[in-house]
Amino acid sequence: MIGTARLHRRRVSASLGTAVTLLCALLCAGALLVILGYVVVQGIGSVNRAFLTQLPHPVGVPGGGVGNGILGTVIIIAIATAMAVPVGLLTAIYLALFGRGTVPETLRFLSDVLSGVPSIAIGLFAYTILVAPLKHFSAFSASFAFMMLMLPLLVRTSEQAIRSVPQTVREGALALGMSNFRATMRIVLPTARPAIITALLLAIARVTGETAPLLFTAFGSQFWETNPNRPMAVLALQVFNYAISPYANWQAQAWGGALLLILAVLILSLGARYMLRQASRRLES
Amino acid sequence: MSPIDRGFAAVVYGGSVLFALLIVGLFVELVLGSWPSLKAFGPSFIWHSAWDPVANKFGALPMIYGTVVTSLIAIVLAAFVGIMAAVFLADFAPRWIATPLSFLIELLAAVPSVVYGLWGLFVLAPLVRTAIGPALQHVLGWTPLFSGPIYGVGLLTGGIILALMIVPTVTAISREVIAAIPRDLREASMALGSTHWETATRVVLPAARIGIFGACVLGLGRALGETIAVTMVIGNRPEISASLFAPSYTLASVIANEFTEATTSLYISALIELGLILFLVSIVVNALARLMIWRVRGSRA
Repeated sequence: MIGTARLHRRRVSASLGTAVTLLCALLCAGALLVILGYVVVQGIGSVNRAFLTQLPHPVGVPGGGVGNGILGTVIIIAIATAMAVPVGLLTAIYLALFGRGTVPETLRFLSDVLSGVPSIAIGLFAYTILVAPLKHFSAFSASFAFMMLMLPLLVRTSEQAIRSVPQTVREGALALGMSNFRATMRIVLPTARPAIITALLLAIARVTGETAPLLFTAFGSQFWETNPNRPMAVLALQVFNYAISPYANWQAQAWGGALLLILAVLILSLGARYMLRQASRRLES
Repeated sequence: MSPIDRGFAAVVYGGSVLFALLIVGLFVELVLGSWPSLKAFGPSFIWHSAWDPVANKFGALPMIYGTVVTSLIAIVLAAFVGIMAAVFLADFAPRWIATPLSFLIELLAAVPSVVYGLWGLFVLAPLVRTAIGPALQHVLGWTPLFSGPIYGVGLLTGGIILALMIVPTVTAISREVIAAIPRDLREASMALGSTHWETATRVVLPAARIGIFGACVLGLGRALGETIAVTMVIGNRPEISASLFAPSYTLASVIANEFTEATTSLYISALIELGLILFLVSIVVNALARLMIWRVRGSRA
């Protein structure tokens, strides 16, 4: 009888324990849903055509929008991507095709180190080499900071994607007389493309809502600025500034901006997931 | 090697060298930028607690204190929840539950910092002031940690926001580490008559503990450097107080708040030195975390 009582106790604690783990998982997912729900409810009222297309209005004047911030976000990320992709891909090709020994191992380690560096420290780097010497804030310095934030993810994931292209495929191309260059460009990179695009989308998603390094690089602007050599409005920065302002009208716009940011990140993440599925399908066939 | 291939190799090397230079440059520039402050204050910068831009006196201690305390609150809150969620996702949940739940938790990691800050400022901070704070004070008010006036913004609110932000990191990596524990161990344990729960807590978790510890350290690293969300809810006051309800400051948030307003070159330099401290700490913490995770998971992937 003692045996059954003990077994019963063990069963009860097993069920209780499992319930606790379930609760914890639900708590995490629930937190996301609560925050998302809040942003949607608070933000949906601010999002309309004027909000998306107009310039911010001065304090006290109702209305206005974040159109210039949306444009600035797109410009800064486009320049960052244009710089990060070549550097990241070349490094990934190096690591995947030529990379054995201490030098590549060091490079991988440095890349991992970079991925853990707080974005604010990277913003300081962009400030000291691009803002301080030129004596003015610029969108380009923000793109530079974003590039540094995108690189580790891009390098690491692209290296894996290139490595996962079967060696036989590459050797087949080389055996047919292709140069190493052509084999890489024509065979290896196209095969790895979906996985590389996945990494790129995730990297873009990471910097879309990034705010800290913008404070002293892009700085912000009240105008339709398109010159990367000048201070530029950025959506995430507008959300931050509006949120800590004492004006109800601006605070409402902060929620609207947050909703836009979350939508952008959500779409990019879903896109990345879709591309990842494409990637695994391609490698299977 | 054909000329094309030689050129190709040269370009590929060039790109990698550029990448390496960028990372080395980051470190060099931070050191150069903090040089005036390093020269003026030396190592005492770390343990001096005066932060007075008007008198040109700078000490990092209040910010180091605020950073450490908020990050510790975050990891204490996030570790248990994250590890339990990871056990559920890796060992208990059927696939049709585990896949969507993991996706939701991954999305939690993708929510921008400024959105957490916004939510923290308008939802969490009032909640701490009116409900969470008074409740904690009612039960634990006799300890210095939970005494004093409750402002809403402060160390505790910063810690809770950080916990939300790092729980996906802890969960995702713990889950990978747990999944990497060989099936044989689980089967052996079940064959000896253990329940699922006993297998998870007495066999799998002990086997994965170094990796799970690494996941927590990685989460801690994220918390230490997190800027915007904390800046919005920490209260921005360079003071050291025992109470978790008191407003404080972190290394990252003082840079975010004061950098564009810094007027003297020594002031700017002191702020960059805070960034340098943050950089060095994040390297050490991340290197440690990765070593621990690799030990369990075996590969670097």
